[in-house]
Amino acid sequence: MTTTSTLTFDAAGFEAFLASRKDEPQWLTDLRRESFSHADAMDWPARRSEEWIRTDIRTFQIKKFAPPVEATAGDVPAVHQLRDGVEPGGVLETYDSQVISESLDEELAAKGVIFGSLERLCREQPDKVRPFLYTVVDPDYDKFAALHAAFWSGGQFLYVPRGVVIEKPIYLGSTLSDGGTDTAHTLIVLEDGAEATVLHECNSANPEAAGLHMGAVELIQKPGSHLRYVNVQEWGHKTYHFAHQQATIDRDSQLQWTIAAMGSGLSKVNQSVDMVGEGANCQVNGVMFTEGRQHLAYHTQQYHRAPNCHSDFLYKSAQQDKSRTVWRGMIKVDKVAQKTDGYQRNDNLVLSNHSRADSIPGLEIEADDVRCTHGSTTAKVDEEQIFYARCRGFTQKEATRMIVSGFFQQIFDRITIESVRDALAAAIARQVREYE
Amino acid sequence: MNHILKIENLHVSVGDKPILRGVNLTIKHGETHALMGPNGSGKSTLGLAIMGHPGYTVTEGSITLDGEDVLAMAPDERARTGIFMAFQRPMAIPGVKMADFLRHATTNVRNPDRKEGEELIPMREFRKELKEKMAHLRMDVEFARRYVNDGFSGGEMKRAEILQLAMLQPKFAVLDETDSGLDADAVRLASESIADIGREKMGLLIITHHDKLLVHNPPEFTHVMLGGRLVETGGKELAVELHEHGYDRIRKSYPEAEAANQEMLAEETAV
Repeated sequence: MTTTSTLTFDAAGFEAFLASRKDEPQWLTDLRRESFSHADAMDWPARRSEEWIRTDIRTFQIKKFAPPVEATAGDVPAVHQLRDGVEPGGVLETYDSQVISESLDEELAAKGVIFGSLERLCREQPDKVRPFLYTVVDPDYDKFAALHAAFWSGGQFLYVPRGVVIEKPIYLGSTLSDGGTDTAHTLIVLEDGAEATVLHECNSANPEAAGLHMGAVELIQKPGSHLRYVNVQEWGHKTYHFAHQQATIDRDSQLQWTIAAMGSGLSKVNQSVDMVGEGANCQVNGVMFTEGRQHLAYHTQQYHRAPNCHSDFLYKSAQQDKSRTVWRGMIKVDKVAQKTDGYQRNDNLVLSNHSRADSIPGLEIEADDVRCTHGSTTAKVDEEQIFYARCRGFTQKEATRMIVSGFFQQIFDRITIESVRDALAAAIARQVREYE
Repeated sequence: MNHILKIENLHVSVGDKPILRGVNLTIKHGETHALMGPNGSGKSTLGLAIMGHPGYTVTEGSITLDGEDVLAMAPDERARTGIFMAFQRPMAIPGVKMADFLRHATTNVRNPDRKEGEELIPMREFRKELKEKMAHLRMDVEFARRYVNDGFSGGEMKRAEILQLAMLQPKFAVLDETDSGLDADAVRLASESIADIGREKMGLLIITHHDKLLVHNPPEFTHVMLGGRLVETGGKELAVELHEHGYDRIRKSYPEAEAANQEMLAEETAV
């Protein structure tokens, strides 16, 4: 529920937040204090900076939001789409980033898998958490990153030991109350040869809910590990969503990362995959589908820091009403990263005369023996396609729905998890409306 | 039942440019009509107006099916009431499989009162029927798994249109140059396919430049369109005559319509 607290993300709010942390280890409190002092010294992003020139945050007032406090009895998750038909190996639910339930198959625990509240595991298993926390995401990247590092709470931690293969998906459900704040931190570590699938969905108490999500995701993959990470983001349409999401994948590891971004009123997400060991392979699938006045900005980076790595980023976006998406992609290749194979593509389907898609692909290549390709397309739904389908008995709405689904099919074709395909198809179908 | 599609004094404009200038045509169930005419005479416009293309405005006249006002219906309602058109240039719908497209289309057309979101016809039943129809049309089953008209050759598109005709079993069908762009073998196959579907079960309006399609589907009536009007109607022999001798006689006999045709052609090229 919405708190009546007047605390916000200032010095007083930070002290109150620290006081509410029970038995938090000193090293973590020190990290928070350092980050808070950095955040306090930082300005909000300047409108003129290339990263923010298309994303106007002048309406965002952080003082309208309070740092997350303890969960209240009666807090229940909003929905479970990704869990339909799935038998999970572990489940963790948060409400305003506070963990309200967590469980892990005993069999997995016996194999040394550690899973649960990041906050709890910082206390109980610091030797497993501390070496990884904040080794990927930069807490000083910008003011949002620094505030998150100071105020993160609850959160999720998954640790899969060397050679352990988790067959059943791990499910993470995040719910945000109307007017609430989520500052969850997600940390996933796969040791050598480990395998896991993580399904993470984010929802608000209702689709029109206001709220603030200021989060971070760190994915750490050791050599030969294999991770599938799926995030379906359906925050309420008045929610601000600021996130830094980054993976570091080592030699011969494989990452398939799927992001479906349907929710929030304003999103600014930085997603990066750093390939740090030879032969690392990543595939990123992005779906953005917006309506109303939503503004979703996703900045992706595929960073080749070692030779012989393969990266394949595909973002497909459709925009309705007066909504806007911004996709800015970068393939970065270090001098040592010879034989890089990098691909990035962004396709847009503009569904209204008032919606807009900005697509800015980019390359920064220092190696001389690489293959990097990028592309971007922006098109409207063709009236002749609609007419053709209507001549076969489809209503206007059915025709549009079908054409939009077809547009996203290429992404679906790449997703091997049935519940994810179903959840995505359902989310897309919910969002499609009639166009005149 | 003896269905009747009746077109009376049909005037159609694109923007403010008149294309059809008073077309009268009655097609009874089981009849095959050929519609011939030089380029730009308005043949395709008639097909698109029958289907209700939003870019084609009916300014005067009527179209009725068994007395029901077709012009008051949206294109999908026309499809559901039993009117079909095989497109000259069918649209590609990337990402949508032929089989899924056809299952939805078939469901809607066979259950005209179906509401959005209601059940589709059962998959097993549909697959069985589709497979039979495809085998009959000598089509590879792989075809059903391809995306609608996406990357199809000219011949594949036309065959896909005929497959849709076979599945939807309309009361009336307009075939808009289903033979154009096909080689002799493909035309023969298309013609036989249409004959196989059973033209006695439909009223057919075949728009064509050639007589190839008509060999296997001999028309009871041949209409000649010029300058947006049907200037002459005859039997099968008229189709043969036009194919052998072209439109010179027609152009000379109807100077007014010929002038209109030239005017329309000039505007078409100007655009």
